Amino acid sequence: MSSPASPPTHPASLFAIYRLCFVVGLFSFGGGLSAWFHREVVQVRGWMTDDEFFSGYSLAQILPGVNSTNMSVYIGQHLRGALGATAALLGLLTGPFAIVIAVASVYHQLVGLPGFTAIMGGVAAAAVGMVFRMGMNSARSSLHHIPSLAVLIATFFAIGIMQWPLLPVLAVLVPLSIALAWPRGASPQESRPEKPGDA
Amino acid sequence: MRDDPLIQLIIVIAPLSLLAIGGASAIYAPLQQQTVDVYHWVSAREYLELFAIARVTPGPGSMLTTLIGWKVAGFLGALAATLALYVPCSMLCYGAAQTWRRYRGTKWHSAVENGLRPIGAGLMIAGGVMILRIEHSGWPGWVVAFAVLGVMTWRPAIHPMLLLAIGGALFVAVRAVS
Repeated sequence: MSSPASPPTHPASLFAIYRLCFVVGLFSFGGGLSAWFHREVVQVRGWMTDDEFFSGYSLAQILPGVNSTNMSVYIGQHLRGALGATAALLGLLTGPFAIVIAVASVYHQLVGLPGFTAIMGGVAAAAVGMVFRMGMNSARSSLHHIPSLAVLIATFFAIGIMQWPLLPVLAVLVPLSIALAWPRGASPQESRPEKPGDA
Repeated sequence: MRDDPLIQLIIVIAPLSLLAIGGASAIYAPLQQQTVDVYHWVSAREYLELFAIARVTPGPGSMLTTLIGWKVAGFLGALAATLALYVPCSMLCYGAAQTWRRYRGTKWHSAVENGLRPIGAGLMIAGGVMILRIEHSGWPGWVVAFAVLGVMTWRPAIHPMLLLAIGGALFVAVRAVS
């Protein structure tokens, strides 16, 4: 069904981008949006490499705004520029927009249903598993580089365990981590050949 | 003009879009203050209820703002609130992504990219832990999350919908037993 891996030049139509984001938006319960994106965009469709995806993921995390919609904008922009970003954002929001209003209209009946909150809790927990899986993918390239690994653990410890506020943590770790990464030079995994005129 | 509820929604929500540093959870406190205490659009109880609805429905948890818009001014209110929250930060992200890609291959780009990557990975895993904590799902939450992690590592091709459904079913079973 999906086309063979042919990375360059517009692999995705605007409609394909919209549809992908629509589906991801619709089925992403409990905060696993980025994990869905990773699966669909990198693993299933091959529209982006792991490097491109996680580079954008870090960007989407650092920038203000909603991480998941930032990620959709990054993906859409990567694939088809401004129109792609618009298609991705609209696609991501259409389904949840309709559903959240529909659910709010019948919320009091739903909560009364036996098992409703249990199902939602289970779905969210499973979605966390997806997030962990993506975290492992992203962490892999850091494992061979001690300073990166240290930064990864420090970030997790500060936010996930200590629950320190994000901004001061980033203010310390971002410059530190960039400085530590500086000696590694260009091209992280020798996989991307130098191409000077690449636009 | 300032009394128009749609304009008011935009005035309240659009700045939050750019203040949401580190994700949408950063806006919940200021949003509650504005919508409950300042504008009296919803009561504190309603706010929590809308928050819960946004959490159990698909999509970003920040769809909470959509619901507030809907409470204030119906469909148009929902539309205005949604666009006010997502458009400003999306435009910023678009500009940043473009700049980001333009400098690909330069030394500083690689340093920033390599430097941000472990932070992104750490935040990702921390985000998962935080969701489990917010949901108060206890040990079954951890078991399901790590089971899903294991299955996805063992069989990457498995469809996530299936895993989400199994997670939901397991929770119902656990609830029924205990």
